Parts: sequence; C-alpha cells; structure tokens
Amino acid sequence: MILDSKIPDGPLEEKWDRHRFNLKLVNPANKRKHRVIVVGTGLAGASAAASLGELGYDVLSFCFQDSARRAHSIAAQGGINAAKNYRNDGDSVFRLFYDTVKGGDYRSREANVHRLAAVSVNIIDQCVAQGVPFAREYGGLLDNRSFGGAQVSRTFYARGQTGQQLLLGAYGALMRQVHAKKVKLYTRHEMLDLVVIDGKARGIITRDLVTGALERWIADAVCLATGGYGNVFFLSTNAKNCNVTAAYRAYRRGAYFANPCFTQIHPTCIPVSGDHQSKLTLMSESLRNDGRVWVPKNKGDQRSPRDVPESERDYYLERRYPSFGNLVPRDVASRNAKAQCDEGKGVGPGGYGVYLDFSDAIERDSLATIQAKYGNLFDMYEEITGENAYHVPMRIYPAVHYTMGGLWVDYNLMGTIPGLFVLGEANFSDHGANRLGASALMQGLADGYFILPYTIGGYIASQSGLGGQTTQHEAFAEAESAVRERAEKLLSVNGKRTVDSFHRQLGKLMWEYCGMSRTRGGLEHLLKEIPGLRAEFWENVTVQGSPGEFNQCLERAGRVADFLEFAELMATDALSREESCGGHFREEHQTEDGEAKRDDENFCHVSAWAFKGVGVTPELHKEPLTFENVKLTQRSYK
Amino acid sequence: MKFTLKVWRQPARDKPGRFETHEVSDVSPDTSFLEMLDILNNRLEGESKSPIVFDSDCREGICGACSIVINGRAHGDGEGTTTCQLYMRNFKDGETLVLEPFRARAFPVLKDLVVDRSAFDRIIQAGGYVSVNTGAPQDANALPVPKVNADLAMDAAQCIGCGACVAACKNASAMLFVGAKVSHLALLPQGAVERERRVLSMIEQMEAEGFGNCTNEYECEAQCPKQISVSNIARLNREFYRAKARE
Ligand SMILES: Cc1cc2nc3c(=O)[nH]c(=O)nc-3n(C[C@H](O)[C@H](O)[C@H](O)COP(=O)(O)OP(=O)(O)OC[C@H]3O[C@@H](n4cnc5c(N)ncnc54)[C@H](O)[C@@H]3O)c2cc1C
Ligand code: FES
Repeated sequence: MILDSKIPDGPLEEKWDRHRFNLKLVNPANKRKHRVIVVGTGLAGASAAASLGELGYDVLSFCFQDSARRAHSIAAQGGINAAKNYRNDGDSVFRLFYDTVKGGDYRSREANVHRLAAVSVNIIDQCVAQGVPFAREYGGLLDNRSFGGAQVSRTFYARGQTGQQLLLGAYGALMRQVHAKKVKLYTRHEMLDLVVIDGKARGIITRDLVTGALERWIADAVCLATGGYGNVFFLSTNAKNCNVTAAYRAYRRGAYFANPCFTQIHPTCIPVSGDHQSKLTLMSESLRNDGRVWVPKNKGDQRSPRDVPESERDYYLERRYPSFGNLVPRDVASRNAKAQCDEGKGVGPGGYGVYLDFSDAIERDSLATIQAKYGNLFDMYEEITGENAYHVPMRIYPAVHYTMGGLWVDYNLMGTIPGLFVLGEANFSDHGANRLGASALMQGLADGYFILPYTIGGYIASQSGLGGQTTQHEAFAEAESAVRERAEKLLSVNGKRTVDSFHRQLGKLMWEYCGMSRTRGGLEHLLKEIPGLRAEFWENVTVQGSPGEFNQCLERAGRVADFLEFAELMATDALSREESCGGHFREEHQTEDGEAKRDDENFCHVSAWAFKGVGVTPELHKEPLTFENVKLTQRSYK
Repeated sequence: MKFTLKVWRQPARDKPGRFETHEVSDVSPDTSFLEMLDILNNRLEGESKSPIVFDSDCREGICGACSIVINGRAHGDGEGTTTCQLYMRNFKDGETLVLEPFRARAFPVLKDLVVDRSAFDRIIQAGGYVSVNTGAPQDANALPVPKVNADLAMDAAQCIGCGACVAACKNASAMLFVGAKVSHLALLPQGAVERERRVLSMIEQMEAEGFGNCTNEYECEAQCPKQISVSNIARLNREFYRAKARE
C-alpha cells in the first residue's frame, strides 16, 4: 500500500485554508443522521466529541474512568504553547512551526506542524472563552512563561495544573452537549475491539466495566483519542490505567502503526526508590528555568551535596551546552543524566539520580520568589521523598513520559482504515522523534477542536452512510466473540504469576533495551525475550474472578496481554531505524561528542507498520518526509 | 512496617457487604498507601483470592479517582492530600487501618471500595460551564480579568471532583463541590451571562440527586484534598438568593 499523506498543494501557510475550502460539507440538517464514535475523553477526545455534538452529529463518547473528567490529560502540569506573541519577544506561527520541526529532529510532516502552530492561537481564545482560569498579570492580561527550552515565552499556564484546567474546560463543553442530548456518554466502558466492515471502520466492541457486559456500537466513523502507550515500560509518569489496547486492537484490524519506537523520556522525574513502586512522578520541567543540574566531579562521591565544594561539582549541562545550559531539549537532558550515572557519578540510593539545585536561584531571587513559583512542586517532592528541596538539592532522574509514535494518520487525521480517525497522543503526527514541552496539550486540543471537526465532515460527506448495516452484521458477531473468548482464556489459565509481575518484568526489559539508549545487540536480545515472556504469560498467569462482574484483574490482564505483543513491534521499529534521532538513540549512531546522529539519506521517513500476525515480523511501509521550508541541520544546542 | 487492614468487601451494588481483615507486613515506609494495597492484592491474586477493588488512576492527587475512607476520614488523616498521596511512613507501625468506600445516598457502592459518583457529572451537566461553541471567539486578551479574581477563580476551579466533601459530611451534602464550580465561573466575566441560570439549575440537580443540606459543620473543607474553602459555600448561597430574587 502506498501511504498517501494527502498533504494539500500550495504554499505552506495556505494549505490548511485551501484544504478546508476543498473539503465537502455535510448538510446541517443531515448531520444528526450521522453517528460518530469517539473513544477517549482526554483533551483530544473531549474537545472532539463536544465540537462534533455542537455541529449536530449524533455522538457516542466512551472512557474507562468513572468520569470523563479523569482522563490522563488532567495530570499535565506545565502549560500549553501558542504563538500569540503577547510578549513581543519575536514569536510567530512560523517560529513555533520551526521550533517544533527542529525539536522533533526532522521526523515530522511540515504541513501538519504548520497547521498546528497556526491553530494554536485559536485554542487559547477558545479556552479563555470557556472560563479556563489561566495565570494573569496585574494588568489583567494573560501571563506567559518560557518552557522546555524555548527561547521565547509562549507557554500559557494555570498554576501547576494546566492540564486539569484545560480538561475541565473541554469536559464542561462535553457535559453541555450531553445535557443537550447531542452526545451520549458511556463511562467505565472499555473498547476492546474495532469492527471493520468492507474495509471501513464501522464500530467498536466495549466491555461495561461494572457489569462485564459486552456491547456493540455502530457508527459512520470511529475516532480514537485513547492516549499514549508509555506504560509498556510499567514505570512511567502516565496514569496507572493508560494502555495501548485501543490503538493496538485497531492495528491488529489493519491500521498501520507509525514510529512506535519514538518515546520521550522526561529528564525531571523523581528517581525510582524501590520495587514496590507503581508509577513515577514528574517534576515539572519549569523547574529547569531556575534549578541548576549537577553531579559531583568525582565518581562515587558519597558526601552530602552541601559538603561538595563548587570546584568539585560538574554543572555538566551548562558546561557542554553553554547557550542552552539547563534548558536543552528533553532528550538531550535525559541522555546526559544517564551518561553521568553510567559513569558512576549518579547520586542518591542506587546511584541513579542527579541534583537539581535551587540554592543560587534562592540567593538571587529570594526564598519567597522560588516558593511562589514552585511551592506546590517542592511540597509534592517532600511528600514523596521526605526531603526538603529548599535545603538540599532535589534528586531527579529521567522517566518515560510520552509517546510520539502512534497510529499512522494522513493530513485529515484518518488512519489507513477509512473511517478510523486518530487524535491526540494516540496518533503519530506532529512531534517527530521528540516532543517539545507544552506541545501535547496544544496538539490534543488542536486535533479535537479545530481539525477533526472539519476533516471528518469531508469523509462523511463523501460516503453514502451506513447503507442499512446494523450491529447484527457478522463482523460485529465475530469481533464480539473474539473478545469474549479472549477474556475466558485469560480467566482459565489459572497459573501462578500475577498480571503485575509480568508487566513489571516486561517494563524492566523494555527500559533496559529499548529505553533511553538502544543497541542492535540489545534489541535483538529483547526480540528473543519478549515472545518467551508472552508464552509464559499465557501459560502461567493468574486472573481471578469471572467475566460478568466488576473485575479489575481481568482489565489489567487484557491490557498487559496487548503490551506483550506491542512491545515486540516497538523493538522491531527501534532495530530497523539505523540512526539516532530525537528520543531514539542508537549507540551505534552518534557524533564524536556523543550527540544523536541522524541519517537523512536513508531514514528521513515515517516507518508505518502493518500487522501480519502475533510473533510474525510486521510489514514496513515508508512515508518519505520532505522539507521545503526548513533546512535539515544537525540539532545543536551548544 | 506491618499493618492490619479491615477492608469493606461488597460484591455488587445491591448485595450486603462486610469487613474483612488482612495483615500486610514488610512494607517499606516509602511505599504509598495504594501501593501497599497493590502489594496485598498481588498476594491475594497469587493465593487465588479475589483482590480488593478500588478506584485510582493518576496516583498523584489530581484525577480525583481514588476515594477511600481511612479510619473514618475521607482520604485519611493527611492535610490536603488524596488517598494516593499518602505514604506509609505517615502511619504508625503495627497500626490497624479501617478502609471504607465514600459512603453517601447519592454515591451507591458498586463493589468493595468503589462508589458511583456520576451524580457529580449530572450536576455539572445541569450548567457547570460557559455555553460557548467551538469557533472563533474574540482574542483571549480582549477580556482582561483582574488578577485577584483570576486567582480566586483558580482556587475554586482546583476541585478534583473526588467526592471527599460528601463522604466527610454527616449530611452527605455536595455544597462544597457545587460551590466550587459556581464560584469559579461567577468570579469571571465569562460566567456572567449565565450566572443566575447556572446556580439555579445546578442546585436543583444537586437536590434531585439526593445530597443532603449543609449545616455548617465544615468537615468538607477539612477533608478536601485541595483545601477548597467553605467561603465558596457562602458564595453559592449568595449566588442562589441573588438569582432567586431576580427570577
Ligand atoms: C505527568 C504528565 C505531565 C504532562 N504535562 C504536560 C504539559 O505540561 N504540557 C503538555 O503539553 N503535555 C503534557 N503532558 C502530555 C499530555 O498530558 C498528554 O500527551 C495528553 O494529555 C494526552 O491527551 P489525549 O487526549 O491524547 O489522551 P488522554 O488524556 O490520555 O486520554 C485518553 C482517554 O482515552 C480513554 N481510553 C483509552 N483507552 C480506552 C479504551 N480502550 N476504551 C475506552 N476508553 C479508552 C481514557 O479513558 C481517556 O479518557 C504530560 C503528561 C504527563 C504524563
Ligand atoms: S489516583 Fe488520581 S487523585 Fe488519587
């Protein structure tokens, strides 16, 4: 199959406008006759479902939490980017576009990224109109900060709870449509399969998590806004229940999966403290604006940080990257931390941590200023570690945070299965091999408020409706019985090992061999280990209870079973990409001073994988990437 | 560390429940409260017993999913924390901990420690938003908001919708939850147009769901993980009478 990204013709700045004009429209009176399924109520899903409801479609919305407001987007702390240039500091749509393409290490589509940058300004307008309480200045206008290495202040924020406030805005819009009976909302419902009829996405199978009942849902189009797959590593900053099932099941039904190995490791997380840990906690990246990262110059230095004199500290980021210093992009900061620890200079229990020190900032700006800026983060740190970071430097270490890879979509956000749309973190589209801070919230809301509502109309208008199909179609029956049999199989293994123990073991393997840095040998080893672990899972897992009840053990088992297949896809992708770019670092491909070395001649493409069977090597399709507006350069943050 | 847990077990919505006792030992003080339950659940699963069902997701105090009454207090004893933000170092070694769901007439138990809080969603549906369609509203900075008001609105908007206020209240009142949303929007110019309609319909829905009245016990504020102030209840009352007067 030739991957057609459907990028419109014309100059970069005009593509989206022209495309919107060329898209067919659905007659307003007919919209209510068209049903759209939206799975997920995070920023992407809630904004999409609400906007589609406003337009008049018959919308069904699903999430597995007990309320739409609890989607993982709620946890985003730092902020959301927009090219408003309110600071008059030289920002523009083109600069945000440029920064995003460069930050993504030239592995994203120019046209998509430009559109994202262009609609970013509408997002802020929309959210403010909804009453999102963004931070303001005394004059009453919106405040901004510089975030995640950007050299302009384009990040809007609501204290340390930006994701929460944006999601509550989108959730409010969704609730309004539920009240207006335009959207029907099904919480505690988990999508367990995609139904494809005559090559088109036509519906889903869900499990009611309270009663265990399986249900069939049919629609003109299916939208997945189901988030990222960072929990394949078991430990990540993602919410406990984030998983790959929806996207993976779509992949098994024929949707291509793009760049699965592109994962983002966030540099500022609280280090792992022991085997009991169920997840890792992010400390907002904004801390790097004032904190200085260092390790002792001498290996194995056991002194308390306060006893290490200035001359024996290595502020390695400032030393190696004089112009960006502590604000280098996430992948660079993360890898450098790992390198220091691998050299034996790490601090804290286990030696996997580096210091993030605020003493200079406190001296410069006063304790009160630092408290006002980061008080809640320092409190959170103390709660978790029992240490007071105003007195001793914080200890931080990188952790899995975000997945740039996802289901392949074209410019319309449609996957390789017609009628299947994918938005938010679940798609692969805009961040290339590395995402810039505060850009995921922007992308989720751009997709849901301002892109999908247009492009889905173009699809629906070009189709002739359901043509009398119902959930009685054999494709529904087949999918439903596959889901039922799988649950029964999981419950009947009756082995000795818990679901979590498999998940932890898989996570450790992935972190070791497919984490911050990867090698051919390691990945080959991983590809041998995963099938063995998967086989053991199906022979020796224990899953309690029955399918017809509230059964969290069964929920987890299904998700881990999918991770055990998906992990192999990730490793295959990482192995095939013989270059380093962004978050994908192959040790074989680095410059003399240890930076990622891209191979634009052979790898300037999107790798989109087609499912060929469990344990069978998937088929690779390449979408070449062309850059007409940005010159490919070696990223340099020196 | 070592703990004795008395946990509420209830197989389904309309089935009777009872307390079940479990011992957990060798718990490291750095373990979070929910991780301690994970450890227990893994042990139960290994012994082919059914694990304890409880809600959680973000595990960092923001999604509002976790909801356990520990020794009679919603989210336990910590000040301004959710259940998922409790660490075992904050408990006494050898302590007995009683774990119950967030009980209230409007929050029926679904299983063990999980309750149905969809009543909160329905209250928001009744009007807890600004009615703007997606489109091209005016430029965000065309509507300045005094910083004091924006900050007060944010204080109220921080509510995570966990329901601790209801579980804490002897009347199972939802006034703090409703007050927080009404205040957030009443303090901002964006909320002005629907100000009266919003408070009336949200209160009406609150009553229809079977939440009790507020008798100024202030336990809601004391047990709120976001320490949302009861002044929001006072504002809710003012907004309500103001709207009634204009009806
Ligand atoms: C701790 C943390 C902090 C972050 N901070 C920032 C930040 O400051 N700025 C920024 O830009 N980005 C940030 N990010 C990233 C950003 O939060 C996410 O990428 C983004 O919110 C994802 O939104 P989403 O709508 O795509 O998916 P999610 O919010 O993950 O929502 C997924 C939805 O899909 C549903 N779902 C999934 N699978 C199924 C299924 N099988 N059946 C039914 N429903 C399903 C879930 O119930 C949920 O409603 C942060 C991420 C983390 C982990
Ligand atoms: S699990 Fe999200 S608030 Fe506790």
